Amino acid sequence: MTDTVAIDASADTRKWGKVLYVSTVVFLCAWVLVPIYFLLINTLSSPETVTSFPKPFWPEFDLASLTFFAGFDGMLSALKNSIIVAAMTMVMSIVIGAPAGYALSRFEFRGKGTFRLLILLTRAFPLPLLALPLAVLFIRTGLDDTAFGLALVHTTLAIPFSVLITFSLFSGIPIELEEAAWTLGCNRLTAFQKVVLPLILPGITASAIFAFVISWNEVFAAAVLTIENRTLTAFLLQNLNTSPLHLKFAGGFILVVPALIFIFAVRKYLFAMWGIANR
Amino acid sequence: MNPRILPYVLILPVTVFLCMFFLYPFVLVAQQAFSTETGFSLDNFREVVDYWRFPISLQNTLLLAAAVVPFQVGLALLMATMVNRMKRGRDMILYIWTIPLGISDLAAGIIWLAIFDQSGFLNSMMNGLGVIDQPVNLLSYQNPGMVFLAIALAEIWRATAIMLVILVAGIGLIPKEYYEAAEVFGASPWKRFSRITLPLLRPSLQTALVLRVILAFEIFAVVAALGGTLFPVLMGETYAYQFDLRNGGAAAAMALIILAISIGFTLIILRALRVPKGASI
Repeated sequence: MTDTVAIDASADTRKWGKVLYVSTVVFLCAWVLVPIYFLLINTLSSPETVTSFPKPFWPEFDLASLTFFAGFDGMLSALKNSIIVAAMTMVMSIVIGAPAGYALSRFEFRGKGTFRLLILLTRAFPLPLLALPLAVLFIRTGLDDTAFGLALVHTTLAIPFSVLITFSLFSGIPIELEEAAWTLGCNRLTAFQKVVLPLILPGITASAIFAFVISWNEVFAAAVLTIENRTLTAFLLQNLNTSPLHLKFAGGFILVVPALIFIFAVRKYLFAMWGIANR
Repeated sequence: MNPRILPYVLILPVTVFLCMFFLYPFVLVAQQAFSTETGFSLDNFREVVDYWRFPISLQNTLLLAAAVVPFQVGLALLMATMVNRMKRGRDMILYIWTIPLGISDLAAGIIWLAIFDQSGFLNSMMNGLGVIDQPVNLLSYQNPGMVFLAIALAEIWRATAIMLVILVAGIGLIPKEYYEAAEVFGASPWKRFSRITLPLLRPSLQTALVLRVILAFEIFAVVAALGGTLFPVLMGETYAYQFDLRNGGAAAAMALIILAISIGFTLIILRALRVPKGASI
């Protein structure tokens, strides 16, 4: 008799534990998604609805806010600048960072530990602050207010990640594959091109996308280093106090959309990268 | 090419690049902070520290970090352990929980503005519940607590994801045998968490904390979007010196102060959570 009661009780606790578990997962998903949904409603509502009270909790699919955003003076060129800077950052961080990732995964060399530590340490500094002295330096070299100058700073932000991600990617490809290619008449370069590169390309793309997102989202350095050629984040920041609400929300939404897509594209690599960075 | 030289050739581009755009700017910013027209001086530091907004912005930045970071550690640990025992839908849930990772602080500020603004969704919800019939201006100087809460929530919402990623990766490195052995000896889930997961997760926790704390001191755009000038923080003041006041020396001094605070806290965290030699996985 007492036995069955005990079993019932434990089954009961397990059931309630399960309910608690599932509802916590659901709550945490809602915690992430609902604020984004609210932004979506505001973006797809007419400017009058955005400032109305009380508000509807579903979008009315009115494109007036987005049209206003597209027509706002300087907005489209800011969007273009954002894309240019992010694309430059993407290319530079891979071209500069990937060779180092390869070196870390394939060679034992003196100073390797120190080099890795220094790369990790760069993340331990408030990097956007670097924009302050560079603003002066760029004026002297003619790089001020250019996409390239800003891309250089954003590359500094992205490079630790591109080195560490490519390091973990290259480590995932057995060196035996390369060695086999060498015995079949390839030299280091052709073996890399024919064997390693095709295997690594999706991962490299993920790492490039990550660099793109870092640059796309950066606010402080962009606001300090650009004046006429503002990026989207810098433009929105500069106009925060003066722009109407529906413009802010449409701008915020445009900022969020590529991030959503890109994180989805690189989700597999996020964890691999941090796993290796901690070891 | 000679395999002894090749690795150095391969790391050369990164090294040169970081020297030019990482080390050199630091030298420059220090130079700028410590010099005025008359040569070496501490005038820039004196100027920024004596300004009436400095103590309040320092206090705000530290308070915000103190309120946000511990909460994020707890939340990220909870999420990471929940994901770890998930069988179905793990990838989907992980994707949803890491979405904020890709969202910029400015966009996060704007998202929470959509909730806390006078015509925002919080007002509409309270109206739906019958608490209020007129929209309340929540983000005003009369409601400093509400401004703080909005900024803290936006930060927790946005920046827990980076900790989650680091911790999930770290839990993945813990050998499953430890848990199996613990189960054989009848350890409860809580025991398994506190005696296996937590200690072995220390390197990841260290990384996550250092990164988060430093980013917390850099908070800027979330505050700009939600609080404006109502809630001064260090990074915002730096921006104001550089831009509104055109005072490069003062901005550089602020930058060095933020840097010093960041390094100080990094050292404290590294010391507090140090991994005993030979005890890593």
